[in-house]
Amino acid sequence: MIALIARDLRLAIRAGGGFGLGLAFFLIVIVLVPFGVGPEALQLREIAPGILWVAALLSALLSLDRIFALDYEDGSLQLLATAPLPLESVSLAKAVSHWITAGLPLVIAGPALGFLLNLAPAAYPWLILSLLIGTPALSLIGTFGAALTVGLRRGGLLLSLLVLPLYVPTLIFGAEVARRGGEGLAVQGPLLLLAGVTMGTVALMPFAAAMVLKVNLR
Amino acid sequence: MSIWDYANPKKFIATTTPLVPWFFGLAGVSLVVGLIWGFFFTPDDFRQGSTVKIIYLHVPSALMAINAWLMMLVASLIWLIRRHHVSALAAKAAAPVGIAMTLIALFTGAIWGEPMWGTWWAWDPRLTSFLILFLFYLGYVALWQAISDPDTAADLTSILCMVGSVFALLSRYAVNFWNQGLHQGASLSLDKEENVADVFYQPLLLCIAGFVLLFLALVLLRTRTEIGRRRIRALEMRARRQEVRA
Repeated sequence: MIALIARDLRLAIRAGGGFGLGLAFFLIVIVLVPFGVGPEALQLREIAPGILWVAALLSALLSLDRIFALDYEDGSLQLLATAPLPLESVSLAKAVSHWITAGLPLVIAGPALGFLLNLAPAAYPWLILSLLIGTPALSLIGTFGAALTVGLRRGGLLLSLLVLPLYVPTLIFGAEVARRGGEGLAVQGPLLLLAGVTMGTVALMPFAAAMVLKVNLR
Repeated sequence: MSIWDYANPKKFIATTTPLVPWFFGLAGVSLVVGLIWGFFFTPDDFRQGSTVKIIYLHVPSALMAINAWLMMLVASLIWLIRRHHVSALAAKAAAPVGIAMTLIALFTGAIWGEPMWGTWWAWDPRLTSFLILFLFYLGYVALWQAISDPDTAADLTSILCMVGSVFALLSRYAVNFWNQGLHQGASLSLDKEENVADVFYQPLLLCIAGFVLLFLALVLLRTRTEIGRRRIRALEMRARRQEVRA
């Protein structure tokens, strides 16, 4: 399983593209927002946590179809399915490597882009923490979505239609943590719920993803 | 004789064909009577005026929008566990009806909300979770349409329905947390002493019965169509095979 994660990471880094592209997309969305809503600092501060979270979610979405598509095309997914490693572990490994290549950079870049949106100073630690806890759920749900659409030729658009509604709870709790943190309110409630969502997806999504992979590889 | 006998498509069609016109007829009668009774023979509410009467469309359609998803979930589970094709086709048939019900609930709610709340739309938990339910329906139907192999499509959509149900419930309570809303509490519930006042309650129950019957009739009819479509597909494939052989 660790070998699989390492292989995916090597592929992501050496093949290029996917790694930096998500981050660049994140940056561009954040840059576009002030053009859309105007440059008033106070207004930006108010919407910053939500915008940062929505942008993080969209850029995580961007790299989802790469999770299984390449392995499906060159047949290595078939080999993985017949390998002694259960498909559930393969899905989990795929989700972990997607998180390391797409989620972790967002966690690191999030605060840097917070400056652009005039994020409240008190919100920074909570933004980092909420992204750190919440982005694994995005990767895990996304792995399920990618597994659903892996056999389809033009699955990309369908993938976003299927996955985005599933992202709603994560987004709500994640943005709420960052917002409350910025306003100095108690964050324990949404933080625990966000962690609960992530834990639930860790426990369940690999099984759902493996189930649909088995159907798609039939 | 067990209920699983109806998993045989032939038996299913033979049994449901005579039922469908009855369901349509009864749905028509109860809707016509219920709506006319509700619209013309109940008093106006002392605060909401005549706008209260949209309840006769809004509540039943919202109820059926949720129940249609529940029915799809049960049908999906039956397909995954017992591999009865009729079950998968019934789930497929119910989805567009569910979409229609969701849209009716959203539109009637907007029409009522404009004079009452002063806005067509508010990001209220109930409204928002209905919009999310609508998105789930869209994704479900889109997945059915995207996959050409019927068994693969049935499997994938069934699993999506299961996962979607978990997340739909989660979203329902997550949005509660996110925004306290304008929407009033449940109009009907089984464990309350009094729901809506009796004058409104009786025609409302009739309208709900009408919507349930209409839903049943539409789903049975659409399931029959899907079975027919599946048969045509099988015949076409057989014809093609014979062509190749000849």
